[in-house]
Amino acid sequence: MDWGALHTILGGVNKHSTSIGKIWLTVLFIFRIMILVVAAERVWGDEQDDFICNTLQPGCKNVCYDHFFPISHIRLWALQLIFVSTPALLVAMHVAYRRHEKKRQFRKGDQKCEYKDIEEIRKQRFRIEGSLWWTYTSSIFCRLVFEAVFMYAFYFMYDGFRMPRLMKCNAWPCPNTVDCFVSRPTEKTVFTIFMIAVSSICILLNVAELCYLLTKFFLRRSKKAGNAKHHPNHENKEETKQNEMNELISDSCQNTVIGFSSS
Amino acid sequence: MSWGFLRDLLSGVNKYSTGIGRIWVAVVFIFRLLVYIVAAENIWKYEHDEFECNIKQPGCENVCFDHFFPVSQISLWALQLIMVSTPSLLVVFHVAYREKREKHRNQKLYKSPGEIDGGLLCTYLISLILKMGLEIVFLVLFYKLYNGFKVPRLVKCDIRPCPNTVDCFISKPTEKMIFLYFLVATSCLCIVLNLSELSYLIFKYSIKRYLKRYIKKCPGSLDFSSALWLCHLREKIIPSSPGSEKNVDRTIWQL
Repeated sequence: MDWGALHTILGGVNKHSTSIGKIWLTVLFIFRIMILVVAAERVWGDEQDDFICNTLQPGCKNVCYDHFFPISHIRLWALQLIFVSTPALLVAMHVAYRRHEKKRQFRKGDQKCEYKDIEEIRKQRFRIEGSLWWTYTSSIFCRLVFEAVFMYAFYFMYDGFRMPRLMKCNAWPCPNTVDCFVSRPTEKTVFTIFMIAVSSICILLNVAELCYLLTKFFLRRSKKAGNAKHHPNHENKEETKQNEMNELISDSCQNTVIGFSSS
Repeated sequence: MSWGFLRDLLSGVNKYSTGIGRIWVAVVFIFRLLVYIVAAENIWKYEHDEFECNIKQPGCENVCFDHFFPVSQISLWALQLIMVSTPSLLVVFHVAYREKREKHRNQKLYKSPGEIDGGLLCTYLISLILKMGLEIVFLVLFYKLYNGFKVPRLVKCDIRPCPNTVDCFISKPTEKMIFLYFLVATSCLCIVLNLSELSYLIFKYSIKRYLKRYIKKCPGSLDFSSALWLCHLREKIIPSSPGSEKNVDRTIWQL
């Protein structure tokens, strides 16, 4: 169980995403998760061992390290990636639910069901419209919120995105103000700026995807309104729905027998 | 043998779960197992090496560490993950038993071996109760062993061979505390999910039994709209399968 498992889980979502969504997923896996695993973890690997304070006082180094790094960059990025990937699962669950409903209809032998076999239902790609559109849009919105929250938390906790070489610490039990030196500060700054830049690109991609979905939605609505104006003789939606409901009720009660009393 | 085994186990369980059960599996996979492996394990990796006491007396650090961490928090976390996932195995075993029985007798004994009804429903409910119980037990254990979920920066130790009271410093206490709170939050979320799944199943199957009994008992007492409503409800809870015309339920109402 590792990032590969997350890749397997999210890979399924890819099929039902827009093109921008697919680009976002690629950026996430290549420029964030892969960089985190192959490079960043090595750079931050020895962070506490090589964090050196100019004192022999036992405990001073521990306390100063804890004071300046309440939560390590690496862990914060790992949490950010997990939280940012999770809303896509909402879409996966919705698609799975729809497939389940179609399979149920197919098994009931519903004539309205247009599939030839179960395999076709399994392979089918659902269009992003109706309730799936709302789920998809909410997932993008959640992603944006999580990205923004984590970026702000990062900025707030570390006073910016630069890693200083030297930190001055006077937390107890350090005797006076003590100089503490961070290991590989420049390399860490470079990686931090890289991860922040890729986060920003992901935010831009999410915003673009959101705008694209909203534009598509409004265009579709105006098209439907236009069609309704030009063809007023067609039944309106309400009537069609009512007719369908009536059909459903009469179909489902086919097995009940009317008019016999128990003797 | 590694966490991949647990992942495969839980994926197998997913097949026989309700919708809420699948959400529970997703939460356990992503917010507990994945977070444990990619983040939490590394925080506690060198906890013994980085545990420092203000003393040169040999053996004092070891003894103090053992006193304050009888079982490491990360080990307890791993145990919790394993124990909480295991009750789901009961359901898998029961389904396997059903399938074996059908194969042995060479006849269809159940509508579907994986459908949650009858004995399998009891097994499923027992597994849910066990999961909830184990979650609560581990949370209480965490709380009692470590005096809450806070991790202090400094602990004072005066066990032999430490000469007097000695200051010992725990490494990365804030980061450990943040992840412990995360563990508690996800545990509570899982308890809530299990509770809702339990309530949902009990409610659904009580309604099912009530409907079956009511329709058989009181045939003459329904009016048209109640009968239609009961019909609808029945269809939702007891979906009809093709070829079920032989087992027609008779609903009688006065027109």
